[in-house]
Amino acid sequence: MSQPLLDIQNLSVRFRVYGGYLRVLDGVNFQVAPQERVGLVGETGCGKTTTMKTIMRILPQPPGVIKGGKIIFKGKDVLGMESWEVERMRRREVAMIFQDPTAALNPVFTIGEQLFDAIRYATGKEESDHRFLREVAIRALEEVALPDPARILTNYPIQLSGGMRQRVCIALALACPKELLIADEPGTSLDVTIQDQILRLINRLAEERKMAVILISHSLGVIRDWTERVWVMYAGTVVEEARTQELFAQPLHPYTQALLKCVPKLTGEGIAEGIPGRIPDYFDPPSGCRFHPRCPYRMAICSQEKPRLYGTPTHHVACFLYQEERK
Amino acid sequence: MSIPLLEVQDLHKFFFTTRGVVKAVQGVSFTLSAQETLGLVGESGSGKSTVAYTVMGMYSPTGGKILFRGQDISVSHERRPLSLKKELQIVFQDPGSSLNPRRSIGDILALPLSIHGKNNPGTMKERIEELLQMVELPPEYVSKYPRSLGGGEKQMVAIARALAVEPSLVVLDEPTSALDVSVQAKIINMLVEIQKKRGLGYLFITHDLSLMRNIAHRVAIMYLGRIMELAPSRVFFEKPLHPYTRMLISSIPVVSEQEEKLKPQKIIPRGEIPSPVNLPSGCVFHPRCIEREELCSQKEPEMIEAEPGHWVKCHLIRT
Repeated sequence: MSQPLLDIQNLSVRFRVYGGYLRVLDGVNFQVAPQERVGLVGETGCGKTTTMKTIMRILPQPPGVIKGGKIIFKGKDVLGMESWEVERMRRREVAMIFQDPTAALNPVFTIGEQLFDAIRYATGKEESDHRFLREVAIRALEEVALPDPARILTNYPIQLSGGMRQRVCIALALACPKELLIADEPGTSLDVTIQDQILRLINRLAEERKMAVILISHSLGVIRDWTERVWVMYAGTVVEEARTQELFAQPLHPYTQALLKCVPKLTGEGIAEGIPGRIPDYFDPPSGCRFHPRCPYRMAICSQEKPRLYGTPTHHVACFLYQEERK
Repeated sequence: MSIPLLEVQDLHKFFFTTRGVVKAVQGVSFTLSAQETLGLVGESGSGKSTVAYTVMGMYSPTGGKILFRGQDISVSHERRPLSLKKELQIVFQDPGSSLNPRRSIGDILALPLSIHGKNNPGTMKERIEELLQMVELPPEYVSKYPRSLGGGEKQMVAIARALAVEPSLVVLDEPTSALDVSVQAKIINMLVEIQKKRGLGYLFITHDLSLMRNIAHRVAIMYLGRIMELAPSRVFFEKPLHPYTRMLISSIPVVSEQEEKLKPQKIIPRGEIPSPVNLPSGCVFHPRCIEREELCSQKEPEMIEAEPGHWVKCHLIRT
């Protein structure tokens, strides 16, 4: 891999709560190459969104505490940036869209007002430059395939359907060129047909603009369809990383294997048993590998030591089962 | 066949609003037997929940009939006898809002028992423990409150509550949509097991087609208040006839090559489900259909039986 666009090294984040700390992220490593479409998959509460919020520097602090690690974006550590540098990154380089487009849009302003705001923020243009704002806004709405953009500028979010609102959010995020788009469950609250349209749109824009995408999802199927490389998270740790095809053809980590088994299949072979136990309490997470209490293959070492990533250059897995054979 | 557990005949449900009449359900018919799971699938706004709520008596139908064991129950909740309410129970999507946060799990499970006259003080405690055991929760959960439970556990409690009065029909309204797949797997397995033991009929409302492939005996797909296709699960997925069904199945993100091969040829979905206030003319799906013909915008197709047990509502399908 050439110089990564984004390189997260050993990121640890805790949340301060009454009586102690929630150890949420525990040494997360994560890389994105320029123009790469990367998936981040994991169940509720595994730290996907916390990781992304930390990248954007929108993690609320307190209660969040960044305990250690680095987030290198284009050669610069985001965590050490001055606030004006963070601003510049958000204006020009990284955009984020969220799961719930209804919550992401302000209900009391028209789409036009919100788009003009976003464009002014990204370009530094004055409000008086109305013609420029309008032009960029209309083009942005056209790019996300919304019909009749001039009318949509005058609409309030409530006048649009869920799918159209998510398109507006994408237009807001990408009205001005960006190098990285973080899409946090962009289709989850929508129907499959609409989700398909939204992901297709993100994919097209990424290709046209040579933009990298981090697609966060709890749906393995979505990740398989729309990404080139995938990172699997469990309880605040990265457990496996591979080329998407490789991961789905041959999942290595016991957690990934179990998760894949739980997904209902079109082949109709019935539903797997589920994963025994529950996600750990971040107050007092399991020692060593955080998955060990639920793992059918656990060994003595699993509770004593945290596994590092083993494997081949295209497939890494944080599991002691692969320590020997894949050195 | 003997009298089915539930029979819905030409059900209509309209809502009269200031902005027009919302035709949420128009002419839905199906049957459900004991021991059977009927999957009612569709996108949001297709009317699947309205059908479920009308069956439950939360709405009274605008037209058509609902028969339970042959007896007409097409009236709303307040006019149904207690003995009938006991037979029909429902589990909602979000256990966070369907469980009272100020009541302990014990109280939550005791309520249906006392309403339905099973509040014998001697056996109440035992009965509640039995219910918890049935959903594989430890007995000490009796004194816990919903907030201290995980999403999956809360849904287990909601299921236990629905089953407390030993119903014969359970409406499951997206019971696992808000949960992770690993938790969903546990709940689904438990539901299937309970069904086998007690011979329950399940009306399973969901948008998750892959899930239905695995647990439904028959699947009905709804679009804008109508059933577009109804078939035994295997046929529904392996030989879907309606263009809408094919579009939906081909859009499901799957996780393996074998599944990819089972999907119909990819139909790139276009458009969105229109407003149920202004329904398209003719076949309601025609504006989004890539195979539409002239007739489709003029006349609504009839439901026909393309092969035994496989019903479809499309002009392109002729027997």
